[in-house]
Amino acid sequence: MAERSFKEEVQKLKLGEGDEFHGEGILAVTKALLQSGVSYVAGYQGAPISHLMDVLADANDILEELGIHFENSASEATAAATLAASVNYPLRGAVTFKSTVGTNVASDALANLASGGVTGGALIIIGEDYGEGSSIMQERVHAFAMKSMMWLIDPRPNLPSIVRAVETAFELSEISNTPVMLELRIRACHVYGRFTTKANKRAEFGLTDALENPRRDLNRIAMPPMVYVHERDKWETRWPAAVKYIQDNRLNEFFDGDADDIGIVVQGGIYNTTLRGLELLGLADSFGNSKVPIYVLNVTYPLVDAEFVRFCAGKKAILVVEEGQPDFIEQNVNTILRRADVQTKIHGKDMLPMAGEYTGGVVREGLRKFIERTRPDLTLPPAPAADLVPLDKRRAEAQALMEGKVHGRPPSFCTGCPERPIFAAMKLVERELGQHHVSADIGCHLFSIFPPFSIGATTMGYGLGAAGASALNVKAGKRAIAMMGDGGFWHNGLTSGVGNAVFNKSDNVLIIVDNGYSAATGGQDIPSSFHLQANRSTQNSIEKAVRGVGVNWVKTITHTYDVAKMRDTLREALTTKEQGPKVIVAQSECMLNKQRRIRPLIRKAAERGERVVRERFGVDADTCTGDHSCIRLSGCPSLTIAPNPDPLRREPITKVINSCVGCGLCGEVSHAAVLCPSFYRASLITNPTGWDRFKANIRAAVIGFFQRRIERRLQAA
Amino acid sequence: MASPAPRPITIAILAMGGEGGGVLAEWIVDLAEHAGYIAQMTSVPGVAQRTGATNYYVELFPKTATSSNSGPPVLGLTPVAGDVDIVIASELMEAGRAVQRGLVTPDRTTFIVSTNRVYAMTEKIAIADGRVDSGALLEGCRTAAKRLISGDMAQLAESTGSMISSVLFGALAGANVLPIQRMAFEAAIRRGGVGVKESVAAFNAGFAAATDGVPANAAEPLATHVSAPLAPLMAEAAAYPEQARMYIRAGIERTADYQDATYARDYLARLKPVAETERKYGNGSGLLLAETARELALGMSYEDTVRVAELKIRPARFERVRQEVQIADGQILEIAEFFHPRVQEIADTLPAGLGRWLLASGWPRRLLERLTTKGKVLKTSSVSGFLMLYFVASLKPTRRRSLRFQNEQAFLDAWLRKILDVAQTNYALAVEIALTRTLVKGYSDTHERGRERYDVLMQLLPRLMELPDPAGALAKLRKAALADDTGAALSSAIKDIRPLAQAAE
Repeated sequence: MAERSFKEEVQKLKLGEGDEFHGEGILAVTKALLQSGVSYVAGYQGAPISHLMDVLADANDILEELGIHFENSASEATAAATLAASVNYPLRGAVTFKSTVGTNVASDALANLASGGVTGGALIIIGEDYGEGSSIMQERVHAFAMKSMMWLIDPRPNLPSIVRAVETAFELSEISNTPVMLELRIRACHVYGRFTTKANKRAEFGLTDALENPRRDLNRIAMPPMVYVHERDKWETRWPAAVKYIQDNRLNEFFDGDADDIGIVVQGGIYNTTLRGLELLGLADSFGNSKVPIYVLNVTYPLVDAEFVRFCAGKKAILVVEEGQPDFIEQNVNTILRRADVQTKIHGKDMLPMAGEYTGGVVREGLRKFIERTRPDLTLPPAPAADLVPLDKRRAEAQALMEGKVHGRPPSFCTGCPERPIFAAMKLVERELGQHHVSADIGCHLFSIFPPFSIGATTMGYGLGAAGASALNVKAGKRAIAMMGDGGFWHNGLTSGVGNAVFNKSDNVLIIVDNGYSAATGGQDIPSSFHLQANRSTQNSIEKAVRGVGVNWVKTITHTYDVAKMRDTLREALTTKEQGPKVIVAQSECMLNKQRRIRPLIRKAAERGERVVRERFGVDADTCTGDHSCIRLSGCPSLTIAPNPDPLRREPITKVINSCVGCGLCGEVSHAAVLCPSFYRASLITNPTGWDRFKANIRAAVIGFFQRRIERRLQAA
Repeated sequence: MASPAPRPITIAILAMGGEGGGVLAEWIVDLAEHAGYIAQMTSVPGVAQRTGATNYYVELFPKTATSSNSGPPVLGLTPVAGDVDIVIASELMEAGRAVQRGLVTPDRTTFIVSTNRVYAMTEKIAIADGRVDSGALLEGCRTAAKRLISGDMAQLAESTGSMISSVLFGALAGANVLPIQRMAFEAAIRRGGVGVKESVAAFNAGFAAATDGVPANAAEPLATHVSAPLAPLMAEAAAYPEQARMYIRAGIERTADYQDATYARDYLARLKPVAETERKYGNGSGLLLAETARELALGMSYEDTVRVAELKIRPARFERVRQEVQIADGQILEIAEFFHPRVQEIADTLPAGLGRWLLASGWPRRLLERLTTKGKVLKTSSVSGFLMLYFVASLKPTRRRSLRFQNEQAFLDAWLRKILDVAQTNYALAVEIALTRTLVKGYSDTHERGRERYDVLMQLLPRLMELPDPAGALAKLRKAALADDTGAALSSAIKDIRPLAQAAE
């Protein structure tokens, strides 16, 4: 069960002809898939398309009604290989994952798919995790589209454009026998807007038809000698077919303007930002009427030579607004115009930055340079208001006041996270045995690289934590430690990390964080999830799998909050004489998802009058000396600081706020690290039983008696 | 193009993951759509949702400004510096981030800021005080904005049992920057349908905060009750200079509470020579006496087992816990403590001779070590747990004979001698020495580590005195000693003083 439920929203997927849809971009894409008559959908979660997977999971009933099969793929490679169903059969299918990391994983399958080509429309929905809010290295999916020759659609970021892009993508794919990528940037995935819906379509040829009437075509298999034919076919047949479809259906858009001796070429996804830039420079209005002509590339690969030649006719200069690097489009445009002997000057990365997200301010300044250079006669923003100078001074003053006072706030482990004690234990072992090389992985556990833990030297990709320590496999006084999440484990870590370590006789230590979900991507289920799911097979043991590939030293810790046990097990793994990989499976449910699961249950139980105990921690201000070692071994959001109520002390005290979920780590850490006696655990019993009340009365009587004595003594002193 | 061209209203929300910033953005969209606007919202969730800084961006365009042939407006997906009408920040440092990003400008931005602090990790993990100056942050916000509406919205949310998003939504209504009536805001909350009653209460509080300002918390009046045995001591304290008086009073109370009135008299007696030195060698700041008085009180009331037990069982402590955990009517509260006494703490509590014997002993010490490898959880709210602590607290009269007491008094006497000695030639350095006692705090390892670092600094004193600014150098070293757990910063700071010392020669 994912972190966010779309059970209500998915009802919008049932909207019919001419209805108005309101909602998030991702949900609109799902609706567009249904309108296009897809037969199957698959994918792997990851921001910014996690919600697409969650929507599909929650929409399973609706999908089944339409005969659509949905899979949570084991990895992006699996997702991409799923598109094989469209190679021989007229089946429309779509897969989705985040990019470029997911595309990296998928590229083997994608290259095979693109070589042989497809019969049914094959759509790859790419969540381009680039710019602000991204969680990965900054690269472009564009390169993958070019290298395997798959068409790349980059629609304007409004719902009607995105929906049309999905629909035309299937046609484009079928007409050119080529898989098509639909690129959606982070904010486009999450943009809230509206569009007019069409009725959902059931595919005429379904998966059952394919299974019962199998077909094969040797010419579509990526194997010599066919691969040589494929390469030629790409350029001789598929490319022209695609270009013709793009032109005939006007997938790219032209907006005229008075200043027609210059022009702007922009990726569809950056159109809104570009128009806003022009608007702020006084060269456009809010409805898209611009003084400068704009050519919007809703398809960024392939580029249509004829359209460029036509757009540049009579223009002395154009500006290519292309986000990210390298400047694939700008280079291509140079070739196109040189070949056609068009003398229009091409600006782009000389006026806009090569790297970084094209936000409003960045694009506005690039546009300003372009206009000032090419059409200085166009008056840019009306003369600044008379008081702009003092205003700027005020801005500078404000900035100066903030200098050094705004600290970074990177993501961190949630309140009560079961992964935190693993790193607290690692810190304690570090005190005894010194620092070790730690190979990190992708997942929430990677937050360990930030303070307070500052653990982890490299991360080589999802599930590749153990693989990242492979070279450090020689006799030495210390062993390397590798981290891996359960998500990464099932994605590929079982083979790339564990199997590899067994085969190569590694002596290293691997900690697998088994929290029951693909937690960092939004709490999706995985094969080892604790809970039974109607549509999926869960509860498959990680320890069994690890033993299955040949690891003998495996310890499963079923309660990660037991810091002492965690510490002792890790110490043993690092020091045992036993040869071969040492694997610790650290198992406790993801707290974010656990709270989401149990909170409503607890509330209802309390409302029914059942006995409910809530535990939370606290710190006694008068024994806390403000050293904060507890925070340095935890970093929990609910463990914070507060002004010291003691007039003699200056250091802020530690404080536990009411968001505490009572995971127990604070107590365990103060025991294991022999910290201080300031922590207390409070148990709040709602709907106490008669026995509870009886005990409480006795206690109140005895304790009350002694406390009154204490009180009298204090008064007298 | 018609003039003036219709423009969207632009709203940026800066928040932290999991705070309900998304709910606020959704309310604004719903509110606007019902009030005749075309609304667009975007966000950057992803891993930032795991407690990191995140933001939401909303644009509202009046439907009346559109026509059938104009088509829909093209709305932006990212805020543009200098083009944001309303910025809402759910926390003060996030507000600072908005200013730093240039989103808040004096010509147009209404800036709605919750002044509560959710401390950054860097601030929380400091060994002493790593907090950023909130006053400067707020001043920066005021300087940057056209209009600043600020207040502790988190406090208002807590007092109304709701989320900060509801309070901020109320503040947005109260700011009167959107041409939409208050009723419409409340209707949007009601349409949301979740926790409506609390949300509306929080909304009202936010509205009031924006219109009338947030009432400042009245400072709690200090307790003025003085018990009879302490009255003469307090009278004596009144004779001291003003800078030190507050600390001396608190010190008398602390030491008397810690042990007895005699101990408080000891405290005053120890301060007497410091006061004299202050008079003789002081620079008028009164700092030496004030800081020594403060540190001495803390040093004399070191946290031993007896003290902790005593504080844990007091009625006032039980009451404080009840308040802190927000106990509701009909609920029963149980309190459990996490103790980890080691051989050292046990020996510390014993009479000095016995304690020293135990620490130097063979099997008795090893046996005790075996028995104390694990921490103990003690239920103070149970009869047996309470009585156990009551017993430990009752050992108070034996404290003066304990090993720890002897050690601590010797330490404090040496520290005081050093202060008095140095003050005759270098007043500023003496003040720094007084302050350096602050390194010795906490329990077990933390305490021992602090003590080690204190000793290192004291041994460096002769070398520091050869420098042009010994006081500054000691302050710097103290800061380095508080920079990390490993002592790396202190080691490198000590290395750094060498060339200076040579230069001074």
